Amino acid sequence: MNAAADMNAAPRRSLLGRFSDFLYRRPTFYLLLLLVPPLLWFGAVYIASLLSLLWQSFYTFDDFTMLVSHTLTLANYAQLFQPANFDIIVRTLTMALAVSLFSALIAFPVAYYMARYATGRTKAFFYIAVMLPMWTSYIVKAYAWTLLLAKEGVTSWFIHLLGLDAVLEFLLGIPGIGGNTLSTSNIGRFFVFTYIWLPFMILPIQAALERLPPSLLQASSDLGANPWRTFRHVIFPLAIPGIAAGSIFTFSLTLGDYIVPQLVGPPGLFLGNMVYVQQGAIGNMPMAAAFTLVPIVLIAVYLSIVKRLGAFDAL
Amino acid sequence: MTTVVEFSNVSRHYGEVRAVDRVSLEIAEGEFFSMLGPSGSGKTTCLRLIAGFEQLSEGRVIIEGRDATGLPPYKRNVNTVFQDYALFPHMNVLDNIAYGLMVKGVGKKERRSRAEEALAMVALSDYASRKPAQLSGGQRQRIALARALVNRPKVLLLDEPLGALDLKLREQMQSELKSLQRRLGITFIFVTHDQTEALSMSDRVAVFNKGRIEQMDSPRNLYNRPSTAFVAEFVGTANVIGGALSERLSRAGKSFALRPEYVSVNGADTSGDIRMGGTVRDVQYQGANTRYEIELEGGAVINASEANAFHGNDSGPRAGQQVSVSWHSDAMVELQGGASL
Repeated sequence: MNAAADMNAAPRRSLLGRFSDFLYRRPTFYLLLLLVPPLLWFGAVYIASLLSLLWQSFYTFDDFTMLVSHTLTLANYAQLFQPANFDIIVRTLTMALAVSLFSALIAFPVAYYMARYATGRTKAFFYIAVMLPMWTSYIVKAYAWTLLLAKEGVTSWFIHLLGLDAVLEFLLGIPGIGGNTLSTSNIGRFFVFTYIWLPFMILPIQAALERLPPSLLQASSDLGANPWRTFRHVIFPLAIPGIAAGSIFTFSLTLGDYIVPQLVGPPGLFLGNMVYVQQGAIGNMPMAAAFTLVPIVLIAVYLSIVKRLGAFDAL
Repeated sequence: MTTVVEFSNVSRHYGEVRAVDRVSLEIAEGEFFSMLGPSGSGKTTCLRLIAGFEQLSEGRVIIEGRDATGLPPYKRNVNTVFQDYALFPHMNVLDNIAYGLMVKGVGKKERRSRAEEALAMVALSDYASRKPAQLSGGQRQRIALARALVNRPKVLLLDEPLGALDLKLREQMQSELKSLQRRLGITFIFVTHDQTEALSMSDRVAVFNKGRIEQMDSPRNLYNRPSTAFVAEFVGTANVIGGALSERLSRAGKSFALRPEYVSVNGADTSGDIRMGGTVRDVQYQGANTRYEIELEGGAVINASEANAFHGNDSGPRAGQQVSVSWHSDAMVELQGGASL
């Protein structure tokens, strides 16, 4: 009789021991045991509720009686393309794209410095400086910015101090992005969005750059590439997954936001506000649900474009 | 012979630490030159000083007759094969090899044909469109070699390039590297901590210790005529004889290196003019050889190594047994720096 048979012949006596032996012999069951609870949670809380929401978007809302009937219709989706609604989609999408692009531009140098130059205390300082704004409520931050950007606020005072009044006047005079004051203009809203989501862009880029082995940069230089070429052919391509990850945050967070558009910038709803209005003020659940689908579709499209551009190839 | 790389009194300090300490050397065109030493001995720093990844603190580095002090890596006509290969993960094999040509503005057509040529040279033509992640360690190593050589550098720097490979592959790459170097006539500067590797491949070897060159010589001389105890013990194995034992041999105050294979146990070789009695303390069977650790009369311990005969019937001396050892006095190489170790 060999040792293995011996072990088979002598099962452990305690219940826990026998159960553990059972799990050891049935790895699939073990895996199921681990995965089923989170999958159930995920399925019920996320997927099912989302599907039920999407299902409701096909219900009919009677404008006259303000009641929802379970008759299925595509009218809600058709309504999305009416000029008033379509404007909201374009407005939100433009803002999300602009914020993502500008965040990437600002975040890259900061992330680059954090990853490649900062050490010890400086690095800790930068981490805290990037994270600190996230420790306060974001509504408080958005509110604070309405005051900072107001007509007699700190920002305009500072711009005046720098003697840049003319520049501010010029910017506020541009139709589309300008307005009476920074806090009621699109440029102010854009600025606040960028401020609030910037950490979500810095950290992924920083992580991507941190993973870059120094020997790759040395190899590039060794093969005759000057610093600019090394940046263009090695550093930047390898940072793209980080930029893509960051832009997914900034893009989707801007698409779904409904606080900042209420507090800063000109009148005009964003997708989030529209959902809120339809659902909360009017009680038009089907229309609100249809609007909810818009950011989901936009993000899916955005992801597929990013993927097609090869942003995830270097992962 | 023209000199391609010259160090004159080169030092590299990191604060108080002298990673490289007043090193002078001249490397000739077409030479296979190795820098050998334990980790932290300054050999890699010297290599990086040639590549331009490090800036020197004192002295001058001259490459092809030009003072390279302060010159960035991309302005030096040398290329490096990195220890971790440093292949660009986002480019395929061919683009990796063509990188040096691309950044120098070589036309697309020429770039491609030269890269394919280099790829054929390392016998990996079928792998042109693979990504580095899809290659084995040995293949990556060859690609790194091709990527450096495609630029036709005057000097190729190799930073422990075989360290990550297993023994068989390493031996194969050693002979390939050597024949490649002979064929191309490029100066190879090879950093390694493996003394066998250095001995078998190089024209000349510089042995580094604590930031300085202990000895710089041909492999044969290095092994047969080590000048310091460090070299004697780092290159191969050696008995360093000093103190009481050298006094007994009436050479007080001097120290000597004696290779274990020149020490004969129980008179197998009768030519030795120095004879002593001793006790075997340990016997180590090593396949081709058997090594004996013998405590001589008077306390000194000496290693002897004997080649195993074909009829290896385990009849040699055993631990605890009394033996007589002998060696030829000519086999004792006098070392500089007095008795140590």
